[in-house]
Amino acid sequence: MVNGKRLLIIIPALNEAASIGDVVGEIRGELPGVDVLVVDDGSTDHTAAVAAAAGARVARLPYNLGVGGAMRLGYRYAHDHDYDLAVQVDADGQHDPRYVPKLVDLLDDYDLVIGARFAGEGEYTVRGPRRWAMGMLSVVLSGLAGATLTDTTSGFRAANRRMIDMFARWYPVEYLGDTVETLVHAARRGYRIQQVPVAMRRRMAGTPSHSPAKAMIYLGRALAVLTLALIRR
Amino acid sequence: MKLTLVTGLTGLVLLATIVELLRRRQLREKYGMLWLGLLFVVIPLSLFPRLLDGVADLLGVASGVSLVLFLGIVFLLLVCIHLSWEVSALEEETRTLAEEFALLRAEVEADRMERAEWARHPDRTEMVSRDG
Ligand SMILES: Nc1nc2c(ncn2[C@@H]2O[C@H](COP(=O)(O)OP(=O)(O)OP(=O)(O)O)[C@@H](O)[C@H]2O)c(=O)[nH]1
Ligand SMILES: [Mg+2]
Repeated sequence: MVNGKRLLIIIPALNEAASIGDVVGEIRGELPGVDVLVVDDGSTDHTAAVAAAAGARVARLPYNLGVGGAMRLGYRYAHDHDYDLAVQVDADGQHDPRYVPKLVDLLDDYDLVIGARFAGEGEYTVRGPRRWAMGMLSVVLSGLAGATLTDTTSGFRAANRRMIDMFARWYPVEYLGDTVETLVHAARRGYRIQQVPVAMRRRMAGTPSHSPAKAMIYLGRALAVLTLALIRR
Repeated sequence: MKLTLVTGLTGLVLLATIVELLRRRQLREKYGMLWLGLLFVVIPLSLFPRLLDGVADLLGVASGVSLVLFLGIVFLLLVCIHLSWEVSALEEETRTLAEEFALLRAEVEADRMERAEWARHPDRTEMVSRDG
């Protein structure tokens, strides 16, 4: 319960046994009374067991569906269990749960609130093609949403009931679909989107998923995904 | 000239079909991108069939047109291989799903039997849940 509303934290996790325990523990410490759902997406390590031991509810997918697939399951869970609010948090410890109340506070006036890096707080930086890709996404999506969105690929997001209802029915599994396409889709249908500046921390464990070599490919795919999202209905 | 018109129009119709399928979300992004990429090669070639004559010469192929035919067949073969691979992955996934389902059903049925037994003989539950 937060301000008398039922809040579900959804954590998509793939092989995050090294950090998921601390992440769940920290959330439960900082935000007493909220429920945590870890969606274990076919991990080959002990992610599910560690998360359950830390006090989270765990939904295990029989094989890997990707972040989008895991998130739709999470939103369906929120929808079916009648939660008022749902917040997506990464399993690697990069998102500080102390920002959750800040995000949630805006959910009375907005449907989707993004915890954004590069928005003043923290010193997370990226360079090169990846930065151009993020810049391009930011300009186009800010225009669509009618709000300044500096970090469109952030996995730190809060949704209210209206948004949960939509995401439980429709959530893409394609590459960048879980971030970019959902924003395009929501903004076009009149859902109100806003961002809150957050400081991002380093991963607690494991390896980052992006190498500089992949940055150029990322730019190309981001362009393709965005174009596709824009022509799609 | 007439031939160019026929091939060019075919290319454009294909392009329109793919874009429309993508737009209606009937086609996953990865396949859509594959076919779109191909069309960006095919449409110029259909408008200017002699484009590849130079390359054909270099490879010792009699004309650009037969080179295009050859490449087309190779490409289609690759697509077929890719699709068989995808189908194999899908079969593996449905198999996993079926197993998952059977395990769940076994668990639910064991649970139901246990509860039924308990309703009949509340005093003997211990024994039943262990052995039955
Ligand atoms: N459900 C699911 N979650 C995933 C998958 N891949 C990554 N994740 C989770 O998604 C979250 C973000 O993944 P990261 O690899 O940290 O991606 P990122 O934060 O954009 O990038 P870096 O932290 O800089 O590497 C983490 O909680 C991961 O466990 C997947 O295939 N399925
Ligand atoms: Mg991360």
